[in-house]
Amino acid sequence: MNQDMLRQVMSEHREDCLDNREFGFWLYLMTDAIIFALLFATYVSMFRNTANGPEPIHLFDLKHVFFETACLLISSVTFGFAWLAAMNKKRPSVILWLIITIVFGVAFVFLEVVEFLEMIQEGAGPQASGYLSSFFTLVATHGIHVSIGMIGILTMTLQVFMKGLTPQVCSRLFRLGLFWHFLDIVWIGIFSVVYLPVFI
Amino acid sequence: MLGRLTIDALPLYSWIAVGGALVTVMAVLLTALIVTWAGKWRYLWEEWLTSVDHKRIGIMYILLSLVMLVRGVIEAIMMRTQQAIALNNEGYLPPEHFEQIFTTHGTIMIFFMAMPFLTGLINVVVPQQLGARDVAFPFMNSVSLWLTAAGAGLVGISLVLGKFSTAGWTGYPPYSGIGFSPGVGVDYWIWALLVSGVGSTMTGINFITTILKCRAPGMELMQMPLFVWTAFCTSILMAFAFPALTVVAALLGLDRTLGMHFFTNELGGNMMNFANLIWIWGHPEVYILILPAFGVYSEVTAVFSKKRLFGYRSLVYATMAIGLLSFTVWLHHFFTMGSSPNVNAIFGIATMIIAVPTGVKIFDWLFTMVRGRIVFHPAMLFTIGFIITFVIGGITGVLLAIPPVDYLMHNSTFLVAHFHNMLIPGALFGYFAGTQFWFPKAFGFKLNEFWGKVVFYCWFIGFYLAFMPLYALGLLGMPRRLEQYTHPDWQPFLLVAFTGACFVLLGLFSVFMQFYVSIRDRNENRDLTGDPWDGRTLEWATSSPAAPYNFAVIPDVSNVDAFWEMKNKGEAYHFPDQYKPIIMPANTGAGVLIGLFGFLVGFAFVWYIWWLAILAMIGVIATLIVRSCNDYGEEIITSEAIMAIESQRKAQLMSQGKL
Repeated sequence: MNQDMLRQVMSEHREDCLDNREFGFWLYLMTDAIIFALLFATYVSMFRNTANGPEPIHLFDLKHVFFETACLLISSVTFGFAWLAAMNKKRPSVILWLIITIVFGVAFVFLEVVEFLEMIQEGAGPQASGYLSSFFTLVATHGIHVSIGMIGILTMTLQVFMKGLTPQVCSRLFRLGLFWHFLDIVWIGIFSVVYLPVFI
Repeated sequence: MLGRLTIDALPLYSWIAVGGALVTVMAVLLTALIVTWAGKWRYLWEEWLTSVDHKRIGIMYILLSLVMLVRGVIEAIMMRTQQAIALNNEGYLPPEHFEQIFTTHGTIMIFFMAMPFLTGLINVVVPQQLGARDVAFPFMNSVSLWLTAAGAGLVGISLVLGKFSTAGWTGYPPYSGIGFSPGVGVDYWIWALLVSGVGSTMTGINFITTILKCRAPGMELMQMPLFVWTAFCTSILMAFAFPALTVVAALLGLDRTLGMHFFTNELGGNMMNFANLIWIWGHPEVYILILPAFGVYSEVTAVFSKKRLFGYRSLVYATMAIGLLSFTVWLHHFFTMGSSPNVNAIFGIATMIIAVPTGVKIFDWLFTMVRGRIVFHPAMLFTIGFIITFVIGGITGVLLAIPPVDYLMHNSTFLVAHFHNMLIPGALFGYFAGTQFWFPKAFGFKLNEFWGKVVFYCWFIGFYLAFMPLYALGLLGMPRRLEQYTHPDWQPFLLVAFTGACFVLLGLFSVFMQFYVSIRDRNENRDLTGDPWDGRTLEWATSSPAAPYNFAVIPDVSNVDAFWEMKNKGEAYHFPDQYKPIIMPANTGAGVLIGLFGFLVGFAFVWYIWWLAILAMIGVIATLIVRSCNDYGEEIITSEAIMAIESQRKAQLMSQGKL
């Protein structure tokens, strides 16, 4: 009797905890969105502050940005597949899709780092002008988020492997998914505000 | 190896700075020595530092803020002394030291006195007022505390190693840029803000979730105690304003450390953007500080007038309106920057509009007192003192909201008088009132009322003497932050202000005297019922101090004054024959560890010790990963243990004739 009651109290408690965490995570995403919003605002307000240095029109390569975007969007889809597999309790395919997600994530970060290094070599580093400071800060903040997200995916891959799809692990995976898709949306913003206006 | 940290970092540039460093080191050593001598390290670690209990975290927050209050007040006295004597002479403080002091005074009072104080009060009280057992995220709560402490630690260690910023508490570039401030000072300021700012953002997230998700069954939003409402609004502001501080501090740090050009004077930097970004955080911050105090005043007025709060709904709407409007007025901090007249006019009008909901609140408190049976408890004295003083500050605020007037007053001591007039009664008096009011709930005995009244009168008189002359001085044209001056007609006012600062110092002394006397006489002032003031809200339904789980049985709520109604129906104290076991979060040292790593990250970036910065960041990430793999961070309190605690409580209540 007592053990049953304890089990019931415990499962209620854990359910509440996970429920709260999901809600709290939405709030966290909103605070992070404000960070990005202010970086976007700073970027837009500094768009003309190139100080006779490199102009955006000469800096970006549409093909390169296309591959970056493709990597990130595909990684979002593959994360979605991982989540679907988790819903169907298929542990091996969860792990598989998560690893594929990491691969695309790494590709994205790699492409971004290449882009940064090329710009710096051409003398268009973050110290060159206010405009470039805001460009590097905005895009790198997103890139750092993606890198942290990948540490998260790696951790969760191991957790799925070691612990299985317990309610706790699934809840963490769900929140990580929110984070990952959120970064996608931010990238859409970066693509539309940073890159696209230069080409149209 | 140690970046720019060399032997030159020791503060040997003035004997006062050496004294400050020695006092800091001695205070830390003495504390460590006392704990060792008492053999309390284990107790301290297991029961307090690693605790995730919201009540203990709250108490630690308030302790931190009291320590910081001491430093802030000492700095205030130092500045008042300097200005009182520095007519046509250099006074006793070298200019650079004076500049450090006004910078640390502002930084400490806002970030490390007021913020921890209000967060502490919210922590102790809100879960109990909600009928909850803890906050939504107890571990994150501990992380927030230790990140705040880490930030305070960075400001503290700047007394011993290197100098603090001289750029004022808002750190405007280009002066705060690397060109004009090449030392470590501004970096200390940046990293103290960054580290503690993350803690504040998390506190905001934590309490929004706690208030929306952990209320007792039946408690609708419009039945929450007013302190919960103001805490809710403050949490929303924290979560949505502090990211702006993070951004602006990080961008300034990038300018300084990596040579970028966000706010520099060259290569397309735009320093006006700094003013915008920092005040997008800074104006909501004012309400973050003030709203919880408004909540305290609401609770105190109702309880010590023995009446239901007048205009509960209007108070709630006013609070939320203030919260919303607080995001629409940031530009009034820099009318003189030269925006177009129309822009200035819009922000001026928006600023004046905030006076309307605030006025509504003042009338609500006054009407609560009308025909009430007012008890002149120290908490009530603070409330009445606040109402009178705050109205004066509000009026000068409406004056400053008129852009042409602001052009005359900008950066004068009139402004200094105005914001101290808002924040001392509007925030600090409220926190003091809250301390007087909820102390028995946290510790189980009441504070000495005589010394409470001394605290009030010293601060009240001290405030008027210290700041009313500054209004006059501002009108005479005295700029703020003046280290010496040549106008003999300013000196009498500054001497009066100095006297006021002495009263404030006496007030600070009385705060600690009150604690001493109350702890000495604690056995005569025990609060055995848990309800020392005949309270109205749920926190008074628990024992004093509350059991770790607050409520053995979660109460059902159907009214604003939930506990008052229970008492009227005779259902206040309810002891079932059997209790369900309760699950509580287990203590963890991970919060302390993250705080420690946070401190090291800040310290390493300040001194350019890159290997340490990388190690410390890895430390934070590793701690978080390990913690995230932990599924079972909870503790079970068995039915028998609860029964033991509750029967003791029952016996206590019987002995007091409450059952």
